[in-house]
Amino acid sequence: MPRRPEPISGEPGAANERLLVSVRHLTTHYAIRGSFVDRLLGWEAGTVKAVEDVSFDLHRGEVLGIVGESGSGKTTLGRTLLGLVPATGGSARFEGRELVGLDERTLRACRRRMQIVFQDPHAALNPAMTIEQSVGHPLRIHRLASGRNEIRSRVAEALNRVGLAPPEQFLEKYPSDLSGGQKQRAVIARAIILDPVLLVADEPVSMLDMSVRSKILTLMIELKRNLDLTYLYITHDLATAKFFCDRIAIMYLGRIVEIGPSQAIYDEPKHPYTKALLRAIPDPDPRHSLPRDLPRGEVPDAARPPAGCAFHPRCPRAFAVCGWEAHDIMELLEMRWSGMAEEQHQRERAMIRVAEIRAGPGGPARVPAAGGADGSQLLALFERIRSEAPAEPFWTGVRAMHAGAGHVEIEWHQPLEPRLIPAGRVEVSCHLYNQAAPAGSLRT
Amino acid sequence: MSQPPVVSVRDLRVYYGTRRGPVRAVDGVSLAIGAGETLGLVGESGCGKSTLGRGILGLLPEGASAEGEVFYQGRNLIGMPRDQLRRLRGPELGLIFQEPMTRLDPLLRIEGHFRETLRSHERGLGEREIRRRSLETLGRLGIPPTRFRLYPHEFSGGMRQRIMIALALVLHPKFLVADEPTTALDVIVEAQILSILADLRKGSGTALLLITHNLGIVAEACDRVAVMYAGKIVEEGSAREVFASPAHPYTRALLASTISLDTTELHSIPGAPPNLIDPPPGCRFHPRCPDAMQVCRTRDPIEQRLDDGRRVQCWLHGPEVAIPQGGTAPLGRKEIAVAEEA
Amino acid sequence: MSVALGSGRQPRPRWLRGGTAIGRALRPIAEAHGFARAMLWSGAALTAFFVVLAIFAPWLSPYGFDQYRSGKELFPQLAPPSARHLLGTNVQSTDVLAQVIWGARTELMVVALALLFALSLGVPLGLFAGYFGGIFDRVLVLLMDAMFAIPSLLLALVIAFLLGSSIASGVLVASLAITIIYVPQYFRVLRNHVASVREEPYVEAARALGARPLTILIRYIFFNVIQTVPVLATLNAADAILTLTGLGFLGYGVQPTQGAEWGYDISRAVADVASGIWWTALFPGLAIVLLVTGLTLLGEGLNETINPVLRQRATAKVEFEATTLEPGGP
Repeated sequence: MPRRPEPISGEPGAANERLLVSVRHLTTHYAIRGSFVDRLLGWEAGTVKAVEDVSFDLHRGEVLGIVGESGSGKTTLGRTLLGLVPATGGSARFEGRELVGLDERTLRACRRRMQIVFQDPHAALNPAMTIEQSVGHPLRIHRLASGRNEIRSRVAEALNRVGLAPPEQFLEKYPSDLSGGQKQRAVIARAIILDPVLLVADEPVSMLDMSVRSKILTLMIELKRNLDLTYLYITHDLATAKFFCDRIAIMYLGRIVEIGPSQAIYDEPKHPYTKALLRAIPDPDPRHSLPRDLPRGEVPDAARPPAGCAFHPRCPRAFAVCGWEAHDIMELLEMRWSGMAEEQHQRERAMIRVAEIRAGPGGPARVPAAGGADGSQLLALFERIRSEAPAEPFWTGVRAMHAGAGHVEIEWHQPLEPRLIPAGRVEVSCHLYNQAAPAGSLRT
Repeated sequence: MSQPPVVSVRDLRVYYGTRRGPVRAVDGVSLAIGAGETLGLVGESGCGKSTLGRGILGLLPEGASAEGEVFYQGRNLIGMPRDQLRRLRGPELGLIFQEPMTRLDPLLRIEGHFRETLRSHERGLGEREIRRRSLETLGRLGIPPTRFRLYPHEFSGGMRQRIMIALALVLHPKFLVADEPTTALDVIVEAQILSILADLRKGSGTALLLITHNLGIVAEACDRVAVMYAGKIVEEGSAREVFASPAHPYTRALLASTISLDTTELHSIPGAPPNLIDPPPGCRFHPRCPDAMQVCRTRDPIEQRLDDGRRVQCWLHGPEVAIPQGGTAPLGRKEIAVAEEA
Repeated sequence: MSVALGSGRQPRPRWLRGGTAIGRALRPIAEAHGFARAMLWSGAALTAFFVVLAIFAPWLSPYGFDQYRSGKELFPQLAPPSARHLLGTNVQSTDVLAQVIWGARTELMVVALALLFALSLGVPLGLFAGYFGGIFDRVLVLLMDAMFAIPSLLLALVIAFLLGSSIASGVLVASLAITIIYVPQYFRVLRNHVASVREEPYVEAARALGARPLTILIRYIFFNVIQTVPVLATLNAADAILTLTGLGFLGYGVQPTQGAEWGYDISRAVADVASGIWWTALFPGLAIVLLVTGLTLLGEGLNETINPVLRQRATAKVEFEATTLEPGGP
């Protein structure tokens, strides 16, 4: 049974020679098609910043894990690297060659050296092709073999490597004849038959049962050793990532929020999101019990990322500079009103023109009152809300509240954009570790 | 259990008829769930756990036949006339599906979903009462009232699953089956929803059957666990004890192959789950079992009750008297052909 | 991976088992049961009947389609069915049975030709538009939808009229007129299917492997979308027969000198009915009804069988063995 794979070691000089992939400020945005009227009038409905300002290095023989939930951009990152999705900015160098902006034809030639294993084994194989045809197709595409016999023998060799043996039993089968684990092995065989140096594995085991997961991971470790493969392992499962990866990057809403050696991430997680992810992993150890202090809410809409640090609306440790804005008022009210007695909810709701809360010019938010309530009554409501839950991180961001005629104005502390900064053995994008942040110092 | 169980299943068998013979998806399962209790039903894909969940509720597809006893409030649900069963579903028996995206009507606002659910089971409810109850249930699940009039596609996956759970709970059922409710969700959302389910069952006394393939969820969220393999329950008992010291070799192997933060070595179970049309003779796990004995190949194990109240179906736990001469000798397992690996 | 067969069952013939592509494609047909099976085989039988008539017309038909005499002897006009003229004769003294048999050949030939043209035009256009999208797709969709909006018989009429003056062969004119009507159908079905298959992971996998767009289109997409085509073609054939006979009824398309045409026969027979002469209208009409019904049954049967959404797995009765537990209460 395989033990945990050995991390690569070596001096910095040696590491540079083995630098395989170098990504700097990579950005991938999708434009959203608005409604017909929007397009007619020339208004753009917005962009989804799927990958935003991502930088990392990947060395030969290394396994880098990209961990995140859905909407984190990890899948888009993998596809951007392979050129399946065009990047909107930044650079991605593979074996010294720039991939961003490369034309499709040259990119196709590069695809010999970098391959991808997909998440859904039931959909990654062409249902109309036999296993021999599917696994052998890359050889035909890149004209690396010709003649049925040569292709067949190379396919058989690849099938042997991935544990589909004896290969003769699988060559003529169609994907629907195979089990999930066998299909995933065939997908891996197809990916390695060209002898690539880089394998992007996009959640390769998340749709498989526990025991089959172990088998496929074992296979991937063996292949890494035998074929000197480098992996970019994309997953939402921190447990398998911890086992398999040398370094880990945690992604949230398109940005890397923490990156470092995997042992460091697990032993001393720094970013509150990383800590939450670790706490949330279900564990069959009977001594553990359900985590109680989970971040509330869910990953926000990627088309409307929160200001400043994207995690701040859910973060239990958020403070003044994390990026408080008008949208957070709405979330505060929603949270308050869920589970509240209906009459009280209606009374409070009647006082606020909720749909018209917006940021005024120059930053402060304006909350218009409704139904005859004037500004001071509204202010009293907010003060009451504050006094009922003063520890809410929201209030650390409020610098002042004034009542105007028919509205309340809320001024915020100046938000700061977070950047990756070194903290201990890792780099983390969080103001808790930002010495320069005015209203905070190193808080752990 | 001091009180009588809410649902009591005895020797339930659900077979699908196919041309090649009956698929024995559930082959003689007995279990019981009490009020306020959560029983985790765990097993790999294809072991029959989904069929069991639906079989208990009588929601089987065409071509499936069920036999046995499922007692709910003194009546056997198997063989009950369809319309009687239908009336029970909703206010008494609830089901939460795996894929919330496809189970909500995209043309109906959430408000409409709740109205439809409440009206069809509790006629004569006024609008205000419907709204009050719906918002109360949604509130417990963390859905703000400001979103009551939105359409399903305007919610994320996790929120849709919460809406589904709310729809199941708003009728205050006594028994709920949750079929892989969090499998399609992210890990933080999953933890949030499990936490909600845990709170709810304490408050409302609902009996919950939680079907999943994830052992971690069962350990954290369930009082008792039943491990299923090839249509049979091989071990059943308190979750804490089963996971601390598993009695059945399959349970042990499952635990060993689960990857958690403490994993330093990968383990897996050789071979693949058997074909349910033609399962192996004797104990169905014997071809893959590291502790198989001669008797395991020839005779079906007899269910045993252990000291701590656990039930297990394994010859390693006796009864000694039923094992013939030489039956305890170890079974020389054939090398599992690589081609039969999953 | 082998499964033990039940006792007493013959193994399926080799060509139908797993291996070959044809075997896999035809397996659902062999496994059809119940209503779908009845439709499939009755439709096939009816259609086959007319196909045989069409192919073997010269041998089966007692006379030529425009033959109005045998040797020196003129055929009687509007004679009722008799031993020499099994279905009677019509106003031009030609034998009705001959008209029906030769008419089968005309109908099927025109429709086969039309479908061939429509497929060769609609399928590639649909493939390209669905896969590449963009302005090409938008323009084509607009065009095809516009054609769809025009009533089909009217459209065919206009085309037949326009082409009739420049093309001599009535068969070709009729075929082209019908082609134009059905191209949008194939285009639309294929384009939509391709647009959805394009998003499947295995197509993305093909791109990741470095396959060129044409390769992807043919090997990954084409074979996965054509299963709907046979069903559509069969149902279109049924509709095309009606359109063709409609054209013939109105005097367009195949001219009487070029071949027998059931619609034309009926148009002449309309006047006869008032005088109590039933055989000139009944038999061509019956032929139309039977052929169209046969094709429709075949098409619907294929749809029920091949379409994975509608297909119902054959289920068998289940018998439970006796239980070993004693009956007891909860």
